[in-house]
Amino acid sequence: MGSNSSSMNNIPNAEQLVQETGFSAAHILRLYERFQFLDKDDTGQLRPEDFGAVRELAMNPIGDRIISAFFSPGQETLDFASFVRVLAHFRPADSNRTRDGAQPEPANSSMGKLKFAFQLYDQDRDGKISRAELLQVLRAMLGMQVTEEQLQSIAERAIQEADFDQDDAISFDEFRKSLEKVNIDHKMSIRFLS
Amino acid sequence: MELFFNPFDNLVCILLGISFTVWFTLLLVFIIVPAIFGVSFGIRRLYMKTLLKIFEWATLRIERGAKEKNHHLYKPYSNAIIAKEPTSLEEEIKEIRRSGSNRDLDSASEFEMSDIFYFARRGVESIMDDEVTKRFSAEELESWNLLTRSNNNFHYISLRLTVLWGLGLLIRYGFLLPLRVTLAFTGVGLLVFLTSVVGLLPNGKIKNFLSKKVHLMCYRICVRALTAIITYHDSENKPKNGGICVANHTSPIDVIILASDGCYAMVGQIHGGLMGVIQRSMVKACPHVWFERSEVKDRHLVAKRLSDHVEDKSKLPILIFPEGTCINNTSVMMFKKGSFEIGATVYPVAIKYDPRFGDAFWNSSKFGMVNYLLRMMSSWAIVCSVWYLPPMSREEGEDAVQFANRVKAAIARQGGLVDLLWDGGLKRGKVKDTFKEEQQKLYSKMLVGTQEDRSRS
Repeated sequence: MGSNSSSMNNIPNAEQLVQETGFSAAHILRLYERFQFLDKDDTGQLRPEDFGAVRELAMNPIGDRIISAFFSPGQETLDFASFVRVLAHFRPADSNRTRDGAQPEPANSSMGKLKFAFQLYDQDRDGKISRAELLQVLRAMLGMQVTEEQLQSIAERAIQEADFDQDDAISFDEFRKSLEKVNIDHKMSIRFLS
Repeated sequence: MELFFNPFDNLVCILLGISFTVWFTLLLVFIIVPAIFGVSFGIRRLYMKTLLKIFEWATLRIERGAKEKNHHLYKPYSNAIIAKEPTSLEEEIKEIRRSGSNRDLDSASEFEMSDIFYFARRGVESIMDDEVTKRFSAEELESWNLLTRSNNNFHYISLRLTVLWGLGLLIRYGFLLPLRVTLAFTGVGLLVFLTSVVGLLPNGKIKNFLSKKVHLMCYRICVRALTAIITYHDSENKPKNGGICVANHTSPIDVIILASDGCYAMVGQIHGGLMGVIQRSMVKACPHVWFERSEVKDRHLVAKRLSDHVEDKSKLPILIFPEGTCINNTSVMMFKKGSFEIGATVYPVAIKYDPRFGDAFWNSSKFGMVNYLLRMMSSWAIVCSVWYLPPMSREEGEDAVQFANRVKAAIARQGGLVDLLWDGGLKRGKVKDTFKEEQQKLYSKMLVGTQEDRSRS
């Protein structure tokens, strides 16, 4: 095991993170270890290159997009709190959670997960998935395996299916509507083993 | 004043003198002489049994203490921290789509916006926990072995436990470490000196005989310098001249462990400094295969020198670690095919360390060599098992890669290690694009079919 003996005391704002994200203390500790593992030069911050150490991520066609999802626009470093907040999107949804309107939407609700997925498409964060952005994602996921025409026709069909207000782009509402029957919680959740 | 201190000084000097003498005599009798003759008093095994009992007690104490104080016990999982479904890309995407639309399955082979869920989840899963990088960090333990470096639960639990830990610290750093360092220097010094002496003799039977004895003796001293307790299994399969010995790699200590039980010709790059001195003097006594840095890149040259060596039946078997890098001893990674192309008989050896006593894995990105050796020498002991597997040769119609994989599977099976297809070179290198292309191919097959389908329709 590594030479650091972690405990909750080493993690800044641990209690607050538990409240905010809903991860248990043990999970936060686990994630902190992972964060430290990725943080090779021990600066307490992660950079996009640090994610490069994860081999399976390099294999993922949209690996780069996932990495940028962690970094807010303009930011080049990521601290542990932000790291955990992004990962909170993948926590299984809490089943019987009553919340009042004043509380912010939890990251791991269906809405939160949808927003995360939407941002993977909408790189310039203008609230709409343009045709160009859709083509980019499709090209990433399919690589050189399809021709340009095939790509265009796939994109065309997808926009026609979802775009209700005919503005040649998919807004978040249209995105949400087209996916309303998908079991989002099941497909966008990662369960801890402990 | 002077008169007062003089007899005291004398007394101190005498005491120091006596303790040094006693120390060296004990060292000689109990450690160096047995090393020369290859016998053992069994002290180390007794030591191991005692330690195990103490560790069990310590672990129970921690668990009990944690329950009492209601601390959340952080239990390390040796396998995974998140649940990963073993479904394939195709199955998963079909499932996502099935739940999302009322349409017929057959017509739903078109792109859906929800397809991205699969890739996003897989990506984030790998950020949280992945198969490959796990192999490159030290194995996690389920009991505590009184070394803080391997414990994540080190809160203050009880006085007794802390005292025990403190005592352990004292023994390890105050007694064991100096002892081991002395032995290490002795071992290495003798190796350099004696091999140079033997090198002066004319080539012949006597030289070979002496060289073997010298090498074995010095390696045995080094084994004791690490308090390595090694169990050799199936020694009838020990490598013979003209063969290549292949083993899984966990740390530089592997060499010492194998070489203290048999004589091998080492293969490697010539280093500068102390390592270089040792290498140069070793080669005087018997032929090892050392390469200059510039020669290492030339694969044909390397292959030629190795095959020349194995063809000469009077030369010792070559020792090679085909993984190319240190793995954390829970799995075996891809073997590089170079040594399997030469066509000599391969003698596989499996080495499995018992992590309860001290983690032998060398994480070279975290610790330098000296740091690593100090850690090794201040652990309790290195306990490992070595299995000599029956010799294997390349079969008809088998290419080098298949042969390498067959040997790797045999070693993994024997040592109880996981047989992985991943390349150990992934520790430092980037993933080749072919892996990403595989994923893209799978996905595009779902959407638009393969090239053949398209040309047919």
